[in-house]
Amino acid sequence: MTKFLQTLMDGVAVGSLYALIALGYTMVYGILQFINFAHSDVFVLGAWISYTLAVGLGYAAADAEPSVLAAVGILLAAMAACGAAGFTIERLAYRPLRRAPRLNVLITAIGVSLLLQNVGQLKWFFGTQPQRMPSVLADRVLGSVAGVQVHLVDLIGAGTALALMLVLDRLIFHTRLGRAMRAVSHDTTVAALMGINVDAVISFTFVLGSSLAAAAGFLYAMKYPGLNQPAHATWVLLGLKAFVAAVIGGIGNVRGAMLGGILIGFIELFGAAYLSPHLRDIYVFSILILVLLVRPSGILGRAVAEKV
Amino acid sequence: MNSNVTRIPTTIALTLALVSGLSGCGGNKPAEGGAGAGSAASPAGGGGGGPKPAGGTILIGHYGSMTGSEATFGQSTDNGIRLAVRERNAAGGVKGKTIELKTYDDQGKAQEAGTAVTRLITDDRVTAILGEVASTLSLAGGRVAQQYGVPMISPSSTNPAVTQIGDMVFRVCFLDSFQGWVEAKFARETLKAGKAAILYDQSQAYSKGLKDYFKKAFEYQGGIVTTEQAYSGGDQDFSAQLTTIRATKPDVLFVPGYYTDAGNVSIQVRKLGITVPMLGGDGWDSTQLAAIGKDAIEGSYYSNHYSFQEERPEVKNFVEKYKADYGRVPDGLAALGYDAARLLFDAMDRAESLEGKTLGAAIAATKGFKGVTGIISMDENRDAKKSAVIVQMKGGIPVYVTTIEPPQ
Repeated sequence: MTKFLQTLMDGVAVGSLYALIALGYTMVYGILQFINFAHSDVFVLGAWISYTLAVGLGYAAADAEPSVLAAVGILLAAMAACGAAGFTIERLAYRPLRRAPRLNVLITAIGVSLLLQNVGQLKWFFGTQPQRMPSVLADRVLGSVAGVQVHLVDLIGAGTALALMLVLDRLIFHTRLGRAMRAVSHDTTVAALMGINVDAVISFTFVLGSSLAAAAGFLYAMKYPGLNQPAHATWVLLGLKAFVAAVIGGIGNVRGAMLGGILIGFIELFGAAYLSPHLRDIYVFSILILVLLVRPSGILGRAVAEKV
Repeated sequence: MNSNVTRIPTTIALTLALVSGLSGCGGNKPAEGGAGAGSAASPAGGGGGGPKPAGGTILIGHYGSMTGSEATFGQSTDNGIRLAVRERNAAGGVKGKTIELKTYDDQGKAQEAGTAVTRLITDDRVTAILGEVASTLSLAGGRVAQQYGVPMISPSSTNPAVTQIGDMVFRVCFLDSFQGWVEAKFARETLKAGKAAILYDQSQAYSKGLKDYFKKAFEYQGGIVTTEQAYSGGDQDFSAQLTTIRATKPDVLFVPGYYTDAGNVSIQVRKLGITVPMLGGDGWDSTQLAAIGKDAIEGSYYSNHYSFQEERPEVKNFVEKYKADYGRVPDGLAALGYDAARLLFDAMDRAESLEGKTLGAAIAATKGFKGVTGIISMDENRDAKKSAVIVQMKGGIPVYVTTIEPPQ
C-alpha cells in the first residue's frame, strides 16, 4: 500500500511535468502541423535559467532563507525569459520558412535544438558542469499518509502544473484569443480571410508553449535538484517522452496532451516500481507503438481526412 | 510548386551546413594553447606557440570529454597533461624536439571518441595518443589506435577489456578487478559491513564491470549482496530502485557510477531516509560530486588513485605546481593525465625511434616509473599494478583515509 501510494504520488508529479511540456508540442503541431524539436531545449533553458536566478539571488549560500515569494518570482521570470526565447525562435527560424515544405521547417527545428544545446554549454551561459539547484522552497514534510511522506515541494509542483493547465484550458476555450488559435489550427487560410492576424496568433502560441515549458523546467529543477549539464542526453529523452505524451493524447489536442502526460507518468513509474526499473523507457515507447497501431489519432484525437 | 521543388535541396543543404558547422564547433574545440580552431586538419608543424624548437616538434594527441556530462574528467586530464608538456618543454623537450599537444573533445560519446582518434591519426599524424577516462570511450578510441598501429595510453580507464584490444593500448591506472576488491575489503574490514546493496549504471562498461568485481570479492570475503539495482546514466528518479534497496536493510550502499549520478542518487537516498554510508569508485572523483550532493554525500567513501593529502614528495611537488597553474587542487584524473604524459615522454627517451611499434615496445618495457599516483610498472597485459587510496567526503572535500596495497 505504501509503495502504491508513493508511486501514485510520484506518477502525478512527473506526469504533470510531461503534460506541461507536451502542451507546447501539441499546440504548435495543431497550428503549423510540424514537430518543434527545439521545444525540449526550451524546457532545459527554463530549468537552467531558474538555477541561474536562484544562485544570483543568493540561494546557493548555506544560510539562505527559503521564500515562497522568491520561488514565484523565479518561476515567472523563467517563464517570461523562455516566452521571449520562443518568440525569437519562431520569428527568426520558422517564420521565414512559412511557405517552405514542412521538411525544411523540421530540419531547421533540429538545427535550432543543436544551437541551443551548444550555446548553453558555453562558459558565459551555463557551462559544461552539472549543478545543484538551490532549495528556494523549504522542503518540509507536511505529513505522512500510510507511511508515505508528503513533501511540500511535490505538492506545490503538481499543484502549479495543474493550475497552469486549467488556466490554459480556460484561455483556449473561453477567450477570443483562444478562439482565434482554434480557428488558425482548423484552417489557416480561412482564418486569415476572416480577419485573424495569423502571424500574431502563431507567435502567441510559441510564447505560450515556451513559457509552459519553462514552468516545467523550474518545477523539474525543484523536484530533481541535481541538474544534468545542458546538452545531456537525458534532457532529450525527457522531451521525447513528453512528445510521446502529446501523440498518445492525440497530437493537436490540448486536453489530450494533459491526459497523455499524466498517463505517461503513471506508466513509467508504475512500470519501474512493479515490473523492473531497468526497462522504464521501454514501457513508454511500447505504449506509443500500441497506440499508433490501435488508435493512430491518439486517445482524444479525431481522425481527420488529409485535405488534398 | 515548381519553385518549391528547387528550394528543397538548397534549404536542406543550408541547414545541414549549419548543423555540421555547429557540431564542428562543439565537437572539436581545442583547449587553450591548442592549434587551429574548428577548421582544424592543420598539419603537424602548423600550430606553433611552443618555445625554442631546437629540432622541430613531436605532436601528441589527447581525446577527452571536454564537454558533456563527464566534462570534468576530460578537462582535469587535459590540465594534467598540459602541465607535464610544459615542464618537459622547459627542460628541453624530448630528443631535442618540442612536444606539442592537440586535444579533441569527444563530448563523452563513443562515436565521437572513435572519430576524434581517427582525426588525430589520419589528419594530424600524431606520434602517440593519450585518452580516455571512461572505459566505454577508451574501447571505442583504442580500437582505432590499434588498427593504425599508434600507441595509446589511457590515463584512467579501469575496465580490463580496454588493454585487451591489442598491443598498442596501455594504461597507467589500476584495474576494476583490483578496485572492486579494495572496496569490498574496505567495506568488510573497516566499515564492518555484512550486507551490501548495489545500484549501478547499466549504460557504462565501467560501472557494470566494477559492480561484478565488487560483488565477487565481497561475497568471497563473507559478505552478502542483498540486491543489485540498475539505472541508466543521467536518470533523475531512483525512487523505485531505492525503495527496493531500503527494504533489504543493507549496511552499505555501493554505487559504482559517475559523479553526476552519484550526487543525484545521494540526494534521494537521504530523502528516502536511508542513512547507511555510500561507497563508490574513482568515477566519483570530481568537485561536482560535492557541488551536487552537498549534505547528502557527506560521510560517504570512494576509492581513488591518489589523494592530494598524501605525504609523498611526488604528490606534494605536483599539487603545488598544479595549484600555481590552475588555482585549484588536482583531482585523481589530473594526476593520472600528468603521469600518463610523463610516462610517455620517459618511453620516448628510451625508444630508438618514435615509430609506433618501437615506441609501443618502450612503453611496455616501463618498470618502476615513479608517478604521482604511485610506482608504475607495466605487466604483460600492458596494465599497471598499483595501490589504491580510500577517501571520505568531509566538509565538501575528499579526505584521505587509508592506502590499500595490491595482494602479493
